[in-house]
Amino acid sequence: MNVLIPSQLRDYTGGRAHVEARGATLAGLLADLERRYPGIRFRMIDEQDAIRRHIKIFVNQQQARDLSAALAANDEVVIVGALSGG
Amino acid sequence: MPKAKPAKGTPRPASGPVTLLVGTRKGVFLMKSDRARSSWTLAGPHFLGNIVNHLVLDPRDGRTLLCAVRAGHLGPTVFRSTDFGRTWKEAERPPAFPKAAPGEKGLAVEHVFWLTPGHSSEPGAWYAGVSPPGLFRSDDGGVTWEGVAGFNANPMRIVWIGGEQEQGPPGGATLHSINVDPRDPRHLYIGISAGGAFESSDRGETWRPLNQGVAADFLPVKDPEYGHDVHCMRLHPLAPDRLYQQNHCGMYRLDRPAERWERMGNAMPKAIGDIGFPLVLHPRDPDTLWVFPMDGGTVWPRVSPDGRPAAYVSRDGGRTWRRQDKGLPAKQGWFTVKRQAMCADAHDPVGVYFGTTSGEVWMSASEGDRWISIARHLPEIYSVEAADR
Repeated sequence: MNVLIPSQLRDYTGGRAHVEARGATLAGLLADLERRYPGIRFRMIDEQDAIRRHIKIFVNQQQARDLSAALAANDEVVIVGALSGG
Repeated sequence: MPKAKPAKGTPRPASGPVTLLVGTRKGVFLMKSDRARSSWTLAGPHFLGNIVNHLVLDPRDGRTLLCAVRAGHLGPTVFRSTDFGRTWKEAERPPAFPKAAPGEKGLAVEHVFWLTPGHSSEPGAWYAGVSPPGLFRSDDGGVTWEGVAGFNANPMRIVWIGGEQEQGPPGGATLHSINVDPRDPRHLYIGISAGGAFESSDRGETWRPLNQGVAADFLPVKDPEYGHDVHCMRLHPLAPDRLYQQNHCGMYRLDRPAERWERMGNAMPKAIGDIGFPLVLHPRDPDTLWVFPMDGGTVWPRVSPDGRPAAYVSRDGGRTWRRQDKGLPAKQGWFTVKRQAMCADAHDPVGVYFGTTSGEVWMSASEGDRWISIARHLPEIYSVEAADR
């Protein structure tokens, strides 16, 4: 499926905003992203598998609260570096 | 107070250029001098927009740099350069606490705060202190990191640090001031803000508090065993039984095997007090050190007292202190200097450097007798380390 990568993480994707990745759940998708772009997952997800405070992940425009969210092959995943303050 | 007994092998003074490794709230800058340290060129930024708490050179090879990085949105990591900052590579496994068992709340590294190269006999060994307070070790030059379970999983850890805090005063609770005894790689000291000073004799497997004599006037207990707020603690490499400490509640000195710290800050002028963040040692004289006092009154403004910044130097192990403010703003100078943001080079006379919360770098080529500004308009400075190369 197509994943939109925020500018803060494009150093990992060679500058690409849109990448392809696979997974039956958000956890699986993030594992696939990590395989393709080593190091990217830990910048978004902490060691307790929580989505970091200033990262938001949307699946088909609905915000995912944890990594158990189920995914389908044609879902659209948007990762956002959430703005907070100046 | 007795004079320190310097170990044999006092290093010869350096004579070449100096590079300052400057970590800021918005990235890294490198400042290189000529041989006379009279002109400086500024290069960077690296990691623009990222928070850099510490950038440290490996003295064992003179070219490897480790850099503690995080961005406002992203999790913490460590970057490495093996060519003195020309290229950088991220750690393959940055410091991270273990995943908690189901139903239990685990810890997550908020940021890597402090980096210390390991013992000279252990090439590739590094230590990292993180927030919330945790200690990590790498044995491969910072590529992969493992928690030091003797501290991180110690059932007393949560007691020593007074419980997990969401985010304490600026920066949050953190582990720092990691000192490795140059005579024995198993012998370590750490400082925790807040938690206190701790010592290990077995490479971090077990720890014990080392806080006798240190005030903790923010705690309800008189003479507590732990819970103190260490701001910066340094062991002198030539006199490894000599420890100095800048604490939230004063300046202290300890000569091991003694266990009780002496408050050397009592010799500071009362109008200035003995509160501050950094503490810098002379590379060849264990009795010489510098501090940079700040206002720790009322609501803790954390600025230079009375808006008149100054370093203070002691040449006798903290028994007496002399103000050093020539060249610094005589009034309305409201910056301060964070705990990693002041350092010394190895020249003779020693160059002393500090970076300010207002983004200036100051240096003295005369051991603090006169200061000049060598960089302005940088982001808030978190760390300054001097590399003799």
